Amino acid sequence: MSQYAYIPLLPLLGSLTAGLLGRLIGVRLSQLATILCMIGASLLAIQAFWQVAVQGGPVIHEVLFKWIISGDFAVNFAIYIDKITAVMLVVVAPIATLIHIYSIGYMEEDPHNPRFFSYLSLFTFAMLMLVLGDNFLQLFFGWEGVGLASYLLIGFWFKKESACNAAIKAFLVNRVGDFGFALGIFTIFMVFGTLDYAEVFQMAQAGQYPQTIDFIWGQVPTITAICLMLFIGAMGKSAQLGLHTWLPDAMEGPTPVSALIHAATMVTAGVFMVCRASPLFELSDTALAVVTLVGAGTAFMAATIGMVQNDIKKVIAYSTCSQLGYMFFGAGVSAYAASMFHLMTHAFFKALLFLGAGAVIMAMHHEQDMRKMGGLAKKIPITYTLMMVGTLALTGFPGLAGYFSKDAILESAYAAHTPTGMLAFTMGIMAAFMTTFYSFRLVFMTFHGTPHDQKAGADHGHGEDHGHAHAAAAHAAAAHDDHGHGGHGSHEVREPSWFVRFPNMVLAIGAVLAGWVGSPLVHEGWFGAAMPLAEGHDALANAHHVPFVVKWLPFGMFLAGLTLAWLLYVKNPGTPARIAARLSSLYNFLLNAWYFDKLYDKIFVQPAKCIGDGLWKTGDATIIDKYLVEGVGAAVLRIAQWFRGMQTGYIYHYAFAMLIGVMVLVTFYV
Amino acid sequence: MLLSLVTFLPLAGALAIILLVGSDRPTIARWAALGVSLATFVISLRLYTGFDLTTAGYQFLEEKPWLPSFGIVYRMGVDGISMPFVLLTTFLTPLCILSSWESVQKRVKEYMVAFLALEAFVVGVFCALDFMLFYIFWEAMLIPMFLIIGVWGGPRRVYAAFKFFLYTLAGSVLMLIAILAMFFKAGTFSIPELMDYPFPVIFQLWAFLAFMASFAVKVPMWPVHTWLPDAHVEAPTAGSVILAGILLKMGAYGFIRFSLPMLPDASRYFLPLIFGLSLVAVVYTALVALMQTDLKKLIAYSSVSHMGFVTIGLFSFNVQGVEGGLLQMINHGIVAGALFLLVGVIYDRLHTREIAKFGGLVHKMPIYALIFMVFTMASVGLPGTNGFIGEFLILLGAFHTNKLVALIAATGVVLGAAYMLWMFKKVVFGEIRNPDVEHHVTDVNGREIAIFIPLLVLVFWIGFYPDPFLQVFHASVENLLMQAAVTKGGALAAALH
Repeated sequence: MSQYAYIPLLPLLGSLTAGLLGRLIGVRLSQLATILCMIGASLLAIQAFWQVAVQGGPVIHEVLFKWIISGDFAVNFAIYIDKITAVMLVVVAPIATLIHIYSIGYMEEDPHNPRFFSYLSLFTFAMLMLVLGDNFLQLFFGWEGVGLASYLLIGFWFKKESACNAAIKAFLVNRVGDFGFALGIFTIFMVFGTLDYAEVFQMAQAGQYPQTIDFIWGQVPTITAICLMLFIGAMGKSAQLGLHTWLPDAMEGPTPVSALIHAATMVTAGVFMVCRASPLFELSDTALAVVTLVGAGTAFMAATIGMVQNDIKKVIAYSTCSQLGYMFFGAGVSAYAASMFHLMTHAFFKALLFLGAGAVIMAMHHEQDMRKMGGLAKKIPITYTLMMVGTLALTGFPGLAGYFSKDAILESAYAAHTPTGMLAFTMGIMAAFMTTFYSFRLVFMTFHGTPHDQKAGADHGHGEDHGHAHAAAAHAAAAHDDHGHGGHGSHEVREPSWFVRFPNMVLAIGAVLAGWVGSPLVHEGWFGAAMPLAEGHDALANAHHVPFVVKWLPFGMFLAGLTLAWLLYVKNPGTPARIAARLSSLYNFLLNAWYFDKLYDKIFVQPAKCIGDGLWKTGDATIIDKYLVEGVGAAVLRIAQWFRGMQTGYIYHYAFAMLIGVMVLVTFYV
Repeated sequence: MLLSLVTFLPLAGALAIILLVGSDRPTIARWAALGVSLATFVISLRLYTGFDLTTAGYQFLEEKPWLPSFGIVYRMGVDGISMPFVLLTTFLTPLCILSSWESVQKRVKEYMVAFLALEAFVVGVFCALDFMLFYIFWEAMLIPMFLIIGVWGGPRRVYAAFKFFLYTLAGSVLMLIAILAMFFKAGTFSIPELMDYPFPVIFQLWAFLAFMASFAVKVPMWPVHTWLPDAHVEAPTAGSVILAGILLKMGAYGFIRFSLPMLPDASRYFLPLIFGLSLVAVVYTALVALMQTDLKKLIAYSSVSHMGFVTIGLFSFNVQGVEGGLLQMINHGIVAGALFLLVGVIYDRLHTREIAKFGGLVHKMPIYALIFMVFTMASVGLPGTNGFIGEFLILLGAFHTNKLVALIAATGVVLGAAYMLWMFKKVVFGEIRNPDVEHHVTDVNGREIAIFIPLLVLVFWIGFYPDPFLQVFHASVENLLMQAAVTKGGALAAALH
């Protein structure tokens, strides 16, 4: 077992230590144990990255042990580090470490610290297993493992009904995605006879598979079917159009969780999966087109919703959803490298934004409604500066991380010269405008303008009427009750502790530099054999040769979005309310996130309950039991009672005697 | 002698308790029963350590003439399909006895006797290689189970016990007829010999249906499942554990031991029927489980749903499906057993099973909540737990045989997560709503933890390293699939026209 096996094992060790011994060793030691393990894992991850990605060493592959063997089916637990994995490792492990450190400060008042750190490390373990696998089933193992950790962490404050419901929703929506993923795995095994990446991709590239397979409704193209089923899984995990509804609700979890799981790492697993399986996706233009359309649609939809949300975390959550859409349509036009690049840069600046939002929420004593904030820039200047860095990185200010990676995706979409690519480009450009608008809307509402903090302090702990029915307000109010309130008697707005500031600063450095450092990723052929491109899929290579206008259009959108946000939220702060009143149906449509939740409740949840009730009360209780069973039963019971009337004593004595008697009699007389 | 020892040691222990322990000495009865069942378990481990993994044949064979004039032989033996269930039985029985330590206070002696007798008969069912012997064990087992529900059960125990008895007996009668018919056709009760006997197709079809009447009730398959929720609700905790953990397995065991190898043509012919009923079970009962307000009923319905997976796996006619089905039978024994034990733990404290009466248990019982979480996740089939390996292999196998079946069955995985997580939230999370929870509830004690630890170990062991368990199946399952692939009765189509 080489040292790299410890990359996932150390976080597991940390998780078990804090989880099982937490009561015994106390809060500080639990934190120390998990963080030391995380640092160890990060150093190993960086070493692996250095070896494989920087020095260009060979792929590291090591089988840990055989997991399942049944007939001709066999899968391993393995460590497999090529360049894709290396990039993921160097994103996941260090960011997870930073968030562990941040949590010391953020969770200070929480009585369940060891449990929290145990879950965080458990998540990291699962996420690392996910990226380190050499086969689809280990990917699935990590996939559902991070789902479990996400469920546990969203529902971390389990007293709160809304947190528990959000946790369950996340789990179930992901299960729907995993349903597709699992069918994809079954099909891969049926077609290729193995789940091993290398073998599957090799056979796929050599064309060693039937062109069509018989699926329920008839013959379908093999690779397209596999890719689309896998992609359903990716849609669930990465919160894409249709299966995205869990992500905004997941903001019920503590903010470090939102940063780690619902921004930087777990939600990018879907993108990772598509890039990992790119040798398959490359063989199906249909599948790629679907990926492009879903990605572009999500980027657009989530951005529209993000423009009107009032909960600071929900704005960032929809932003994440939207950025994931970018990554998918990047992959859809075969610019996988650009997707991975954006995945990496996004991890830094989005984690920074969430952690910055967390610092704001802490400073506001667990207030999340931006309408109650304002003028914070002067009171928490460091946080303001860091948030500004994150915002500029996200919105694509030249020189910062997002500028490089988002533009690479947009340019690739344009350079693909396909109708879907062009559509994605158009929607992506519109989304870029909206991204800048909602990002600066957040900054202006929170940090600029009149301070509302005294008011917020006075209202602290009371669910006051927010004037509209959307759940965000209620949930922001409910969020107050989760912590002990011992720490803040004065309700003063102040900068958080160094445990919170330090990780933010590191991430800010990442948000500035990731674009420069990571730019080799999009150089042609950097990922090498891990992402072979099919003939003619040269969008990324052509991305350098797009017209001048296309190159600068995103920056134009940045300026336009910034200007609009400034006009509406700084210059004329009364205007947004007037617009919302004028366009109330559109406003409500966006505020209620396109009514996805209501729709799903009507077509899935309620009918399922209704049918369940009907089957139980009519099917089981009435038809089967009352008519079929009890009819017969009543007759038997009458006879039985007649029998019982003839006897006394306990029936079981008789029964035993009878059984033994029968056996003895039979033995002797036959 | 090993198999006879494992089978009859509990029975001997039961007799000894009847004769030697006074009714006023419940503690002695408890310790004696625990001792006997533990000794049985330790001895039964020899079956695993001494098991030859390379052969599909029956091992630890014993043969003694019993009723020579009828060709009835006392013939015992196990292969890779039956041996794990012997171990499951001997493993769960001591845990059941331990779980009844405090909750059963009336007629303790008789209770312990009933449990040991039950163990003996169930082990006998899995070991018997003579059809008559099998049938005697099969029927005998009903009596202690009937008594456990009917005497130590809840308020509607008589109704439940009769329902249980009626259902199973009705099935058994048809099975007896089929066994006799096979005897008259083949001239032997020997199970290995009957597996090789070429029964004509029409005969197979009737025999299959007769067997199915008995096995389907036990599994239970839809629509003959309605005895199970009632039996579970009324049964004492340990009764539910045995019911879910072992008795349900006997039905599925019957299918794989008799229907598939002896009646292969009929098994293939009735495949759509089996798949259809299984799918209805998976989806229908999952939806019903969604609406339950009684904790035990919910788990009972989830059992029906999970056993639907098992029958799909067993009839998928490939290695992954059958091994997945077998493993899932073991898994369900562990997980459903544990879930019923968990219900028992809070029932002992709060004397209710109504989900609405719980809530916020985590505040008073953090260790309990953790254990409950693990078994919930195992039931949901999360990778890393035993439930995943079983469900995955079943669906993988079923997908190969019939994609539509796998597709519909896989929706059960989503629904399963829904009802389990909702239940878990209502019971464990949230605020404490019931004042009794606030005042009368303490976390699991040492005895209870001791019961759960072996079950927890198995959940993760099978989840991460199932090989030692799957290995046992390999040779026998391969042999079974060869037997099931044979066309015994001539061309089916010709015979049917």
